[in-house]
Amino acid sequence: MTTTQRPIGADAAIGARFTGDGAGPGPRIEKPARTGRAGARLRVTLIHVVLVVVGVAMVFPFVWMLLTSLKTLPQLLQDPLSFWPKPWTFDNFIDAWNAAPFARAYANSIYITVLAVAGTLITASMAGYAFARIKFRGSRVLFIVFLATQMIPKQVTLIPFYLLMSRLGWVDSHLSLIVPAMMVNPFAVFLMRQFVLSLPKELEEAAIVDGAGRWRIFWAVILPNLRPGLGALSIIVALDVWNSFLFPLVLLNSPDLFTVPLLLSSFRGQFGSINYGLVMAASAVATIPMLIAFVIGQRKIISSMAASGLGGR
Amino acid sequence: MTTARSSLIERPTPGGLRKESAWRRRDRRWGYLFVGPQVVGMALFVLVPFIGSLVLAFASWDGLTPLTWVGFDNFISQLQDPLLLRSIVNTLLIALITVPVGLGFSVIIAVALEKLKTRTLYLVLFFAPVVTSTVAVAMIWQQMLRSDGVLSSTIAKTFGIAPPDWLGDPRLALISVCIVSIWASMGLNVIIFLAGLQNISPSVIEAAKIDGAGAFTLFWRIRLPLLSPIIFFSSVIAFISSLQTFDVVFVLTSNAGPDNATRTIVYHIYDLGFGRFEFGPSSAAAVILLVLTLVITAIQFGAQKKFVHYEDGAA
Repeated sequence: MTTTQRPIGADAAIGARFTGDGAGPGPRIEKPARTGRAGARLRVTLIHVVLVVVGVAMVFPFVWMLLTSLKTLPQLLQDPLSFWPKPWTFDNFIDAWNAAPFARAYANSIYITVLAVAGTLITASMAGYAFARIKFRGSRVLFIVFLATQMIPKQVTLIPFYLLMSRLGWVDSHLSLIVPAMMVNPFAVFLMRQFVLSLPKELEEAAIVDGAGRWRIFWAVILPNLRPGLGALSIIVALDVWNSFLFPLVLLNSPDLFTVPLLLSSFRGQFGSINYGLVMAASAVATIPMLIAFVIGQRKIISSMAASGLGGR
Repeated sequence: MTTARSSLIERPTPGGLRKESAWRRRDRRWGYLFVGPQVVGMALFVLVPFIGSLVLAFASWDGLTPLTWVGFDNFISQLQDPLLLRSIVNTLLIALITVPVGLGFSVIIAVALEKLKTRTLYLVLFFAPVVTSTVAVAMIWQQMLRSDGVLSSTIAKTFGIAPPDWLGDPRLALISVCIVSIWASMGLNVIIFLAGLQNISPSVIEAAKIDGAGAFTLFWRIRLPLLSPIIFFSSVIAFISSLQTFDVVFVLTSNAGPDNATRTIVYHIYDLGFGRFEFGPSSAAAVILLVLTLVITAIQFGAQKKFVHYEDGAA
């Protein structure tokens, strides 16, 4: 509850220093002040030039997607190098929206992602807490199994997984995407264990002395203190579930059940080679909302992904 | 409330040894309950399919007729199948190009970014492809790389050559897959390396500077060695995920490209399993992918001792 008590999760530590405009922990040193002023300024300018070039390379495909989507087919065919649309047209967006159930796909993706994230947060934080703090027989072996299975590529189990889902009657149902995502995520368990280990033991000790059971300790003491970790985990899992492609491709057949990436990929076969404007409009419909959401939450998203890349350190 | 740092917990209830063990016993049950959902999920959705994979790899089954055991036949036929061999070569090429080039660029960019005071805009630009689904990335690049698209036309105009057919030419198709993969994943590695660079204690850098180290010495002798554990960790993960390339190949080069030029192992598994319903050979290919992953990771861990610098106490 109180901010002073909040322990530093890995992502909070990284996040503070990350964008460079916050007051990060640890001393900052002014580097350019040491060397000659002019030399330092030249170096910073050079760095900016390089980074701007790379930045343009990263952004140009998105810009080109938008520009292409706003052009008419004749212009695209006659003059593929023209930069600005002439005339500007929104027809491609209208056609793309009418050609495929995008609203439905967004609804599907949102609800699959929300359920998968919520489930993972609960099951992984419970398991992470148990592996970190509760002594029970077999916990070491179980934890090693969790670490080891991370080495198995998901694709290795693609076919038996599909057969299992069909046995359960979950093929062409969102259950096949939601339930497994909610119930198993070794990386999430590992990450939550790391976050629990970073909490001071005194937090629960006081509660144990007061006679509180594990269940109450978990919900009242641990979970509130895990908030930075849960935030990071939900971003990682949400991105993973939202963007996953191979498993939905195999498991879903009805267009009404499609997720956003799956629906987008259907444009490839149907209209792919001819109508570039339409395909780019569909891509824009599938990406722009995500990019806007990313820009709004960029600080938190970037620091969470950095923390996960460092293995929760 | 909890200001006392002493270990209160060692003996919470004075005297009651029996009480203590009752609490311990109850606690153990809580432990099982807490790990329960994930353990059940692990058993049902990971271990059972995994064993299923191993079983199917030694069987012949199309999902309709009864399953028959065929021993190592699937492996023998797969390892003689030019399509699988091609897939393995392609997958390894993608990994061997994508990982070093991608990580190399990322390190350079991270080092450059670290020198700046405000870098939010750059981070957002570099990271945008990471949050975009691979399918969308591949669709966008498919338009960029068309032989009559922007890139080819610009190259043709500038150099006065025939426009390269990025996706139609078998050799260029594989390179296109690498370019798109690097483009899509670079931002993630940049922020991981940047976080790593920021973890380097400023006093180390200062000390080296006082000793007269220039920018290059600082990079090669201080920053790179101190960053090497993170680079190693990232390279292991990047390699594993390169071995699993599917989305880009499926979308960008429409079903594994001209003449299977970009067919990867995962595409091969998918094609055998869901294109031809040959579950046995497909599972054998899956097991081959697993073995390949384990062997390459083992090699990386073996090479680690030579190239990775671990500092005691540094995290």
